[in-house]
Amino acid sequence: MKADPKGVLTGIHFMDGNHAACEGALAAGCRFAAGYPITPSTEVVERFAARIPVVGDGVFIQMEDELASSIAIQGAVWAGRKAMTVTSGPGISLMQEHIGLAATYEIPLVFIDVMRGGPSTGLPTLPAQGDIMQVKWGSHGDYEIITLATSSPQECFDLTIKAFNLAELYRCPVFVLLDEVVGHMLEKVVIPEADEIEVQERLWTKKTPEEYWPYDPEYGMIPGMVKAGDGYRIHTTGLTHDHRGYPNLNTKTQYEMVNRMINKIKDNADKIIEYEEDGVEGADIVVIAYGVTTRVAKKAIEDARKKGIKVGLLKLVVVWPMPEKRIREIAKNAKALIVAEGNMGQLVYEVERLAAGNCPTTLVPHPGGGVHKPETIEKAILEAAK
Amino acid sequence: MSEKDMKETYEGAGVSPQDQADNPVDRILRQERMPHIWCPGCGIGTTVNCFARALEKLNIDLDNLAVVSGIGCTGRVAGYLKVDSFHTTHGRAIPFATGLKLANPKMKVVVYSGDGDLTAIGGNHLIHAARRNLDITVILVNNFTYGMTGGQYAPTTPFGSIQTTMPYGMYEHQFNIPKLVAAAGAVYVARWTVYQVAHLTRAMTEAIAKKGFSLVEVMSPCPTLYLRRNRLGEGIDEVKRFKEWAVRKDGADVNDVGISRDKPLIIGKFVDIERDEYIDLMNRQLSKKLGDRYTLYGVENGEV
Repeated sequence: MKADPKGVLTGIHFMDGNHAACEGALAAGCRFAAGYPITPSTEVVERFAARIPVVGDGVFIQMEDELASSIAIQGAVWAGRKAMTVTSGPGISLMQEHIGLAATYEIPLVFIDVMRGGPSTGLPTLPAQGDIMQVKWGSHGDYEIITLATSSPQECFDLTIKAFNLAELYRCPVFVLLDEVVGHMLEKVVIPEADEIEVQERLWTKKTPEEYWPYDPEYGMIPGMVKAGDGYRIHTTGLTHDHRGYPNLNTKTQYEMVNRMINKIKDNADKIIEYEEDGVEGADIVVIAYGVTTRVAKKAIEDARKKGIKVGLLKLVVVWPMPEKRIREIAKNAKALIVAEGNMGQLVYEVERLAAGNCPTTLVPHPGGGVHKPETIEKAILEAAK
Repeated sequence: MSEKDMKETYEGAGVSPQDQADNPVDRILRQERMPHIWCPGCGIGTTVNCFARALEKLNIDLDNLAVVSGIGCTGRVAGYLKVDSFHTTHGRAIPFATGLKLANPKMKVVVYSGDGDLTAIGGNHLIHAARRNLDITVILVNNFTYGMTGGQYAPTTPFGSIQTTMPYGMYEHQFNIPKLVAAAGAVYVARWTVYQVAHLTRAMTEAIAKKGFSLVEVMSPCPTLYLRRNRLGEGIDEVKRFKEWAVRKDGADVNDVGISRDKPLIIGKFVDIERDEYIDLMNRQLSKKLGDRYTLYGVENGEV
């Protein structure tokens, strides 16, 4: 379906990433946001609080903490809304239990994480990419999520819409990662007409209350949804549950529930993954990066190419799930892979696993507090090309 | 238990068909989930019976009722009720209910959970929900202990009581729950025990009908993990004790209703006041500032 024009601020704007992400959420049909103030993410919900009363039929509430905001949105989803929360490092740490709950409830939810330097209180106003593994693995147990990484305000708008659409399609938590600098970077943002924006409607069940159970697969592996108040009188729980949503604490039910929750993402990974390539075919060296680091990598690659090096860029737009097949292929054809990321080495281990010894993988780390210098990445490229 | 099994059980117990039809609990229970997990002598089932009767009295469309629970023995209540029912995480039933109610204000939302869940791990949410005065009801079953995890001390465990993590007797101060939520802004606060089923049912009825944040504290025996450890007998002994121990004082000063096993247990309706409700306040303020640009939220036919 097309976006509701009420939430779409059509026009050409000069806007920062945090504001653009908020506009993306409104355009995608998000009508409920709960949040707790935390630098450098708060502008997203500040804008939502100002905009939602005028957009209409929606609410923002500032909860007492991140634990509360990350579960208030789950109540809102079960009431039929599209919902999100917004936070940064310490907040995403506090939300982990409820990320596991959302995965287990199998509800569409968007978490916007504007990343700052860590660990702990770290660098509240400065960038880092240290949450890349936490969003994947942070809650206990086995589950799958989807994560998108933005590198510009325009992407903050576009990818937030995509995040809401993916959340509805796969009924799982979806993360939109902004590096602090992306959140606060002002650039041109083009917001199209509402009828040019594709919005995924909730996969409502087509069954009657008599035939319906909340976890019977209906759309492929995905169960159809209902909302509270529609007469289906459902039950759901964070305990291991059967297709009825009733607790059933045994190995068989655990096996079935966890497998379906994981496979609904894994088996559809080809439809979910998104990446951009620049000169990867025929390259000796391939730089793999995400978020703001891709901007710096582009400059490094440009300079290295001037020195005659055949180097390409693989930009991960969807980081989780990873484009595993493509990285395996690249590793077979390239002489070396370089992972540049705003942490001391996180995604590099995934890339190294996928390279499977076909070529060496080099890390260009950054502890946070700034972004890489292009020369640092260029130096790694030149070193690898020797 | 299936309906057929229920019928046979009733017949075996000599219950007349008339009385079978009159038990309101049957209509709200997920019969296919019976038997429940609660121990013999536990009071939670009695509170559920009263809750079912309260709903019957209120004549609520059950399609518009949501029950939200946290974790623990009382946290299992939601799972047995045949309404939209949500078993959440430990301590977070109230913020989940806040999101649900705000997202769909036509729902009646009841949080049903225990003393450890709501006042310890969930204590911050409890006071903030009372402060906001969003229209939800909390049924707080107080059994002085963490039953599900094996009898650890709670913010409600009386002085001197033995618990697994307080093996030499409780020495921490307790929360006075009515005082806590009244101070935070609750508009309806009552305390009853599972002995006074008629009063408890009426309090639940009043709390659900009351607009704003309402709370009913229900004193309930935990025979397995509180009473036995403290040589206080069976569940029925505590219920008999409630009868002697409880003193009804409607309108009692909440400063005077803290619980001690050496003093009378004050029960009754303590708070029943009017205070602006959350969505009303939001609508009023946003209308004032935004005028025609704002459409009242959650309002159908002129009523929230």
